Amino acid sequence: MTEPLVLGFETSCDETGVGLVRGRTLLSDALATSMAEHERFGGVVPEIASRAHLEAMVPTVHRALAEAGVQASDVDAVAVTAGPGLTGALLVGLAAAKAYALALDVPLYGVNHLAAHVAVDELQHGALEEPSMALLVSGGHSSLLLVPDLSRDVVSLGRTVDDAAGEAFDKVARVLGMPFPGGPPIDRAAREGDGSAIAFPRGLTGPRDAPYDFSFSGLKTAVARWVEARERAGEPVPVADVAASFQEAVADVLTAKAVRACRDHGVDHLVLGGGVAANSRLRALAEERCAAAGIVLRVPSPRLCTDNGAMVAALGSRLVAAGVAPSAPDLGADSSLPIDVVRP
Amino acid sequence: MLVLALDTATPTLLAGVARRSADGAVEVLAERAVPSGTRHAELLTPAIRDVLAEAGATLGDIGAVVTGLGPGPFTGLRVGIVTAAAIADARGLPVVGVCSLDAVGDGARTVVTDARRKEVYWAAYDASGARVQGPDVVRPEGAELPGPFVGDPAFAARLGAPVEAAEVTTTGLLRAAAGQLDDPAAAAPLVPLYLRRPDATPPTSFKPVTTS
Ligand SMILES: [Zn+2]
Repeated sequence: MTEPLVLGFETSCDETGVGLVRGRTLLSDALATSMAEHERFGGVVPEIASRAHLEAMVPTVHRALAEAGVQASDVDAVAVTAGPGLTGALLVGLAAAKAYALALDVPLYGVNHLAAHVAVDELQHGALEEPSMALLVSGGHSSLLLVPDLSRDVVSLGRTVDDAAGEAFDKVARVLGMPFPGGPPIDRAAREGDGSAIAFPRGLTGPRDAPYDFSFSGLKTAVARWVEARERAGEPVPVADVAASFQEAVADVLTAKAVRACRDHGVDHLVLGGGVAANSRLRALAEERCAAAGIVLRVPSPRLCTDNGAMVAALGSRLVAAGVAPSAPDLGADSSLPIDVVRP
Repeated sequence: MLVLALDTATPTLLAGVARRSADGAVEVLAERAVPSGTRHAELLTPAIRDVLAEAGATLGDIGAVVTGLGPGPFTGLRVGIVTAAAIADARGLPVVGVCSLDAVGDGARTVVTDARRKEVYWAAYDASGARVQGPDVVRPEGAELPGPFVGDPAFAARLGAPVEAAEVTTTGLLRAAAGQLDDPAAAAPLVPLYLRRPDATPPTSFKPVTTS
């Protein structure tokens, strides 16, 4: 008997993702992005993203089916991101997924976007060790999760109290005159720089601070002040050193807290996810610190770290296999869906 | 042929199943108008199930899908359009989009619906029911729109004239879709009637982050 074929929809931000997964096998991962339309605004404009999702939806489904070499009628279940994310954007994917499930007469699984970021790693590295720790960092989220059972039970240990890590990259990139999104250009510039050149602050790392929460707002402001002081003094800004030192501060805090959470909870597997997990320094430092602490580090390929439909299909596939009941017919989107709700 | 008709351009979502004869005659078999406010995405597929069951039909019996393209509040509007597009795609059916205002009332009239921000969406029709002005979006005060008005009675005071209550109907959607249903190959692509640009203006200059 072949395993069920699951069609996954992701539209929580600016990526229209449609993926197909059979069991733990990735069959296709079709993506349309409206990123270029947001560039001149310096951030994702929700209405522009929602319009783009509507235009891209059916063509992206066709690409996913064609890449996988299957027919819509072969699909056994549909999964969709129900939250968290931008409401207007979520609703396009949710309505499409509900309609495909209805028209194909298959069950519908609404899923939590953050849990899907963890599930996607199973497509590359096999069954998730449970419990695992997960560090999810992107332009929209910065979360540290304890995962006793990804199908039913995920616990939030910590999150950002202000900016998401990815937002800090975008804002620092702007200060340094780099394009949006800021992650890739900062990573590139940092390779020529010295990460220990400037001692930027590490937020929420004092003895009385919440051990697993993050704060990147102070860091972003410190970088801006440092650069502006240089400019006011008429001195050249060492862009590579600023980028490397900023990136070092982010990677340092993220990995230190993740490793500490593993140690405190007796967990020896850590999964990275989200767009910022594509950052080369974060990956390198996580590898170094996990190796030193005896933690097995699992990082999906950069393409699967960013938002995509395959991650939603991966979690849907897991829910089907675990015998979790499908979502109710009146499933809606929840822009602030809490992480302990894996399948709303 | 059975036709599935959907509209989410107003706070009342509409799902209907109708039989359309070769001569264009329409018999509505089941219809749900659900005052769903901002819950279109939650309630539309359940409403479709309900009207199919009441009509004694399955999606396998449906020959075409008709959807309103607005104008209407964007977030809700997209729910109906993407639902129609997805059902049609999954079942290999033709899908036809029409101006939602065309499906409100009949005969000579001006249709007004809530565009929020103190404005109305409107379109005017002649005695034969053909649209002669609009769709457009305007502040009702001083707009000097032609009457008689049908649609959202909440705007009577601001239009300075009575507005006969009327909503999108299955009959209205099929009437507006008649030409495209007769020749589905000529059906226009499903492009929403937004009538407004996205709310976003590019910043002209970025202020320094530390400026207080
Ligand atoms: Zn994400």
